[in-house]
Amino acid sequence: MDDRTNDAASRGALWFAALTAGSTPQAGFPASVLVCDAVLGSAPARYIAVVPDSANLFPRARHGETGLIEGWQLARAVQQAIALDRDRAEKRPIVAVVDVTSQAYGRREEGFGIHQALAAAAGAYAEARLAGHPVIGLIVGKAMSGAFLAHGYQANRLIAVNDPEVMVHAMGKASAARITMRSVEALERLASTIAPMAYDIASYATLGLLWQSLTLSDPGHPSAGDVATVEACLQAALRDIESDPARNLAGRLGAANRSASKRVRDMLRAQWQA
Amino acid sequence: MNVDDLLQRASFIELDARSRARALLDAGSMRELIGPFDRVTSPWLAMQGIVTQSDDGVVVAKGTVDGHPTVVLSMVGEFQGGSLGEVGGAKIAGALELAAEDNRNGTPTRAAILFETGGVRLQEANLGLAAIAEIHAAIVDLRRYQPVVGISAGTVGCFGGMSIAAGLCSYLIVTREARLGLNGPAVIEQEAGVEEYESRDRPFIWSFTGGEQRYESGLVDACVEDDVAQIRQTLGGYFRQGVPPIHRSDRQEDFLACMAQIDTTRQATPEQIRQLYRKGLS
Repeated sequence: MDDRTNDAASRGALWFAALTAGSTPQAGFPASVLVCDAVLGSAPARYIAVVPDSANLFPRARHGETGLIEGWQLARAVQQAIALDRDRAEKRPIVAVVDVTSQAYGRREEGFGIHQALAAAAGAYAEARLAGHPVIGLIVGKAMSGAFLAHGYQANRLIAVNDPEVMVHAMGKASAARITMRSVEALERLASTIAPMAYDIASYATLGLLWQSLTLSDPGHPSAGDVATVEACLQAALRDIESDPARNLAGRLGAANRSASKRVRDMLRAQWQA
Repeated sequence: MNVDDLLQRASFIELDARSRARALLDAGSMRELIGPFDRVTSPWLAMQGIVTQSDDGVVVAKGTVDGHPTVVLSMVGEFQGGSLGEVGGAKIAGALELAAEDNRNGTPTRAAILFETGGVRLQEANLGLAAIAEIHAAIVDLRRYQPVVGISAGTVGCFGGMSIAAGLCSYLIVTREARLGLNGPAVIEQEAGVEEYESRDRPFIWSFTGGEQRYESGLVDACVEDDVAQIRQTLGGYFRQGVPPIHRSDRQEDFLACMAQIDTTRQATPEQIRQLYRKGLS
């Protein structure tokens, strides 16, 4: 085990605390899943974060990984919001504060079906979005692979902080190199010219998946000014979602670096009816 | 299966992705969309000097099953490990999106997804991941109207972000050859060490993630023989059953109750996992 992890200092935990004004997270969730209803603009929103818990019962999920418990509890937190607002016209917004290093890799995880736990989380966020909850993914740290699919990627709008510590990817560098039978150096060389292979957030922004990226003074130690900037952006995202009749992910298809995704859909539509 | 049955049956696993789709649709009803002659290939593989394939590893087939409009999405496990890149991912997501739209417009189109995939194609990393998020979104949308049935026959199995897609399906059908899991064995070994997960020990891998174990643990709905007729019949049965009263991915309370009973200080055996879920999910 390494000493990377300081439970109190993860970016996800810091930003969760800043955005919920230090409110006590809701009871009944494990230490690795923070849930809190706090005011955003004029009405309450549900903030959710996955944070490191060095005492996690699952040994392969002690550094902020999204594991079995985290997946199922994320699902529970989101399903709870859907149930609470079922008979209300106003659906509370859900803000996924994203700083997830990876999914958990381990024998217990595979054996007990971590894929099903992450499906529950991804499915819950998608159901919330379809039920009319505005869902925002706020990327303040790492957004890696299965963990990001489970926590954030189903959002109506994605916002990322523009910072070297912020990255989005499908697999860590060492494993990606092994699986594609390349050296880490060769992988990094390719990543510098092939936008979807890059790990940095500026390259990711060229794929058209982000609604906005934010430059802050010190994203690792949020100042009052940085928090105000992020809150203003969250509110702008809310207004943008509310003025959009669609509750799908179609807003992600505009970038030149993603033109094939659009072209395939256009061709499918043209060929769909015989 | 005895020898006579073996000689009689038509293997599903031995069929390629296109033939699998044809075998599941009513005879003569299949029409492929964005087929190989449309030549929509991966722009990203070409940039890396990797040979492309003219279907990018995904077959989109429209037709009917028992006379009802159905789209079958079949992954080509032999091409880049069945991995999902931008084009293949968009084919699956886009077809599911149109199937959901059909339902909103009064045409009850259903979907079957044939999973033979290692997940994200790492050469197109973030665009594969983004496409898989859109596939998740589209399954959740479509399954409100009609069942989405996942099938993993093998031998590639179903991993990565696409195992999450499988977990969102209304029903899952596997054979004993298939494996279903989030992380590929080599990646777990790389990340967690050989004592945690011995990627070359095939009996060990299958004992935890193989089709039979997943069926006995209630994580899939059917484990069938490698037989075209049986897979067709099982698929038709689930379509007739309609949308289940509750999807497996919405059973967080039941699964969390099971999680609470796990002794995490030691590794569980496959049999212990079966027992826990058999009791907790029944």
